[in-house]
Amino acid sequence: MAYTDTEILEGLAEIVAEETGLPTDAVQLEKSFTDDLDIDSLSMMTIVTHAEDKFGVRIPDEEVKNLATVGDAVTFIAGAQA
Amino acid sequence: MTVLKQAEPVAYSRILGIGAERGELVVTNDDIAGPIDSSDEWIRQRTGIVTRRRAGADRDVLDLAEVASAKAIAASGLAADQIDAVIVSTISHFVQTPSAAAILADRLGANPAAAYDISAACAGYCYAIAQADAMVRSGVARNVLAVGAEKLSEIIDPTDRSISFLLGDGAGAAVVGRSDTPGIGPTIWGSDGSKAQTIRQTHSWTDLRSDPSLGWPTLRQDGQTVFKWASFQVGKFAQAAMDAAGVGPEDIDVFVPHQANMRIIDQMVKQLKLPENVVVGRDIAETGNTSAASIPLAIERLMADGQAKSGDVALQIGFGAGLVYAAQVVVLP
Repeated sequence: MAYTDTEILEGLAEIVAEETGLPTDAVQLEKSFTDDLDIDSLSMMTIVTHAEDKFGVRIPDEEVKNLATVGDAVTFIAGAQA
Repeated sequence: MTVLKQAEPVAYSRILGIGAERGELVVTNDDIAGPIDSSDEWIRQRTGIVTRRRAGADRDVLDLAEVASAKAIAASGLAADQIDAVIVSTISHFVQTPSAAAILADRLGANPAAAYDISAACAGYCYAIAQADAMVRSGVARNVLAVGAEKLSEIIDPTDRSISFLLGDGAGAAVVGRSDTPGIGPTIWGSDGSKAQTIRQTHSWTDLRSDPSLGWPTLRQDGQTVFKWASFQVGKFAQAAMDAAGVGPEDIDVFVPHQANMRIIDQMVKQLKLPENVVVGRDIAETGNTSAASIPLAIERLMADGQAKSGDVALQIGFGAGLVYAAQVVVLP
């Protein structure tokens, strides 16, 4: 069963919180990973890996640079679900 | 019918002695930050590197290898002429032939030991240990010197933000010989040439000949891809090495991954669920990434500091350009 956008956001927020120590409610759709959440490229790869495992999707490395905001990631994951 | 004799196998091998040598120059982050528009803080936060050790113009990779090897042989309690095979893993010996190993064997007083180089980048030390272990146990050789040696400062670009600022110079060596008890677990090793461009030389020597304007080739990497692979895939091979050796995380005293990046080391520790009392090699902070030399350099530091001791069970794993990887559980000498 595919995850809803809300479920993806919630799951992503938990992953980001685990990696960064930020509260989950800081992870909102319009937030930029780099500018708002202060996530560097290596932490981003960690988050991507955990998101792949959690949602059962593949996020190609070359795609990661296009995921500027949390919303971008939610949209990509939602679209990548089988 | 003629019946041949084959080499007589022995049951067990172990590492008899380890030696290491670092480049004599201490290069700080501030020393190299300018051309990459970076800072000490950024480099520390991204890599855990505080300094990297580099060798001056008057010392090449063989000089570093010679010092480390002499220390390893001395630590093993053997004489140099008891070494009957020498394996050198390096990517920074700048002649195609003869091998660094043959020259090294002669310099050490191990002539006429069998000698050859291997190319397995940052997995080179563990590849060499795998070969040394197999050679000793098969009876093909009695005492094998396995060396990882690099002068990576020869193939860096000061303006490269992908890998050059990580790299250092050094050599590490181990003597592998017969043992009454198991001292080297099965090696889990492999490669994935489909990702050959992930860590690469900018252009080939023949490209340089065709177009001298290309300049001296240097190294590059796709840092994020390497980080993801090393942090989340390579740990599985370390786990497989423990499984193959019949040990679990609770049996490991020391974990020594290739010193690529402190954040990769941290992720691997997490992935492997290693108990907090496991001592982790973190020599990268002072020495930088020395490719094939990094694991024995890290072991040497832990043993010199008293954090690791003879008889400790160590999980070691190398990984890098190829892509290649190799892991094994060993008993420290």
